[in-house]
Amino acid sequence: MSTVSPRVRACGRWALLLELDSADAVAATARALRAAALPEVVELVPAARTVLVQVRPGTGLDRVRDAVAEVDPSDVGAGEGDRHTIPVLYDGEDLQLVADTAGISTDEVVALHTGAEFTVAFCGFAPGFGYLSGLPEPLRQPRLESPRAAVPSGSVGVADVYSCVYPRRSPGGWRLIGRSDLVLFDPAADPPARLVPGDRVRFEAR
Amino acid sequence: MNARLEVLATGPQAVVTDHGRPGHAHLGVPPSGALDRPALDLANRLVGNPAGAAGLELLLGRTRLRARGAVTVAVTGPPVTLRAGGRAVSSHCAVRLPDGAELTVGAPDGGVRVYLAVRGGLEVPLALGSASTDLLSGLGPHPLVDGDVLAVGDAAVDPVPPSGPVPASVPAGVARLRVRLGPRDDWFADPTGDLTGPAWSVSPTGNRIGVRLDGPAPRRRPEREGSELPSEGMVVGAVQAPPGGPPVVFLADHPTTGGYPVIGVLEPDDVAVLAQARPGSTVRIAVVG
Repeated sequence: MSTVSPRVRACGRWALLLELDSADAVAATARALRAAALPEVVELVPAARTVLVQVRPGTGLDRVRDAVAEVDPSDVGAGEGDRHTIPVLYDGEDLQLVADTAGISTDEVVALHTGAEFTVAFCGFAPGFGYLSGLPEPLRQPRLESPRAAVPSGSVGVADVYSCVYPRRSPGGWRLIGRSDLVLFDPAADPPARLVPGDRVRFEAR
Repeated sequence: MNARLEVLATGPQAVVTDHGRPGHAHLGVPPSGALDRPALDLANRLVGNPAGAAGLELLLGRTRLRARGAVTVAVTGPPVTLRAGGRAVSSHCAVRLPDGAELTVGAPDGGVRVYLAVRGGLEVPLALGSASTDLLSGLGPHPLVDGDVLAVGDAAVDPVPPSGPVPASVPAGVARLRVRLGPRDDWFADPTGDLTGPAWSVSPTGNRIGVRLDGPAPRRRPEREGSELPSEGMVVGAVQAPPGGPPVVFLADHPTTGGYPVIGVLEPDDVAVLAQARPGSTVRIAVVG
């Protein structure tokens, strides 16, 4: 596989935004930069097609640039993340809508969702909110036209190419297919987020 | 038992603040921490605390506190009137409050956020290493309410410096913000012109998450009109430009990822300048770097 180096974009005085062409390349790049363990790096934030690297003010970005030049984004490697199984009660408010949109039954929605292995592509939106890639094609659906003001904690949703579990009550526009009791974010735990980028996730119906 | 500070009246909003909790953005946790960090740092220095000891960020002042046990405090940020035990005292210097004395913080003359440090620092439970209230994620203590009692800690490392008041920096009538273009300036037809041309007005809806700059929306390149950006990591000072709307500048409690293109990022020193710019006031942007 040919190596395409990340495209480096300026992001203020103390950060670079690395642009990549696939979720796998994002994961490989984030993994390589984490492994480089540069002490000046204070934030390393993978997202859909980018990795944000931020250094401590007063240090510099030179060593980050050097480390980025060494990265092979095609090095998919072995996923070193933890594996999780999340029990879900599939009674979400939008389960029928998701089934109708996909042209399948609600049972088939559950079968697709429990049959897939997801990867935590990145976190954002709220503490412990993971964007889980690996969503089967029929469940890849747009967000609701108008978001809910309050989505209950533990709600399991789908939107775009991702699934998610809401770590706490918040506004949200994802289509809700079920709910889980799992505590996904606890500031007193280490790490505080149960799902961190690179982790593998399966859902099981209960 | 250590001294305490009793909150008699909070004013519009009072939160506990320190240097925040950087290093958790990949888990969706905002950096949080004092918006005008130099002002918090000065307040801590004036009472002999280490940098980053927990203090208070008071939105528009108008706060009353009572000492439970003798304490030494300092109030910084924009110039502001203070009364201690009924007497007028200076901001920007150490003020000793005997047990039972009341401290009244007035409304600042200019600026937005007033900082209070207490010798020893505030002792509140830490969340991910920080005492800061994060209004986006709900981490840290809740915003203060009347009747709260705050424990004073043992964080002081130095004697209280013997200096008189240090000069307060008065926010300029027109704040000037320096911006470095990127990472998504190439989505815009004339990023420099569209940022530096307008006299931006600070929106009254601003908060610790971000401040909207009212003015003409930066124009997108024709090929980027209607485009959507996959979510990407955000930094403090990021100038996000939603389609057809005015830009929003992210402050300390910002979401860690966002889906609108960032046309430029404020110079780090200018984040505090924006955080002290009054709603309705004018800011001008210069492009640097």
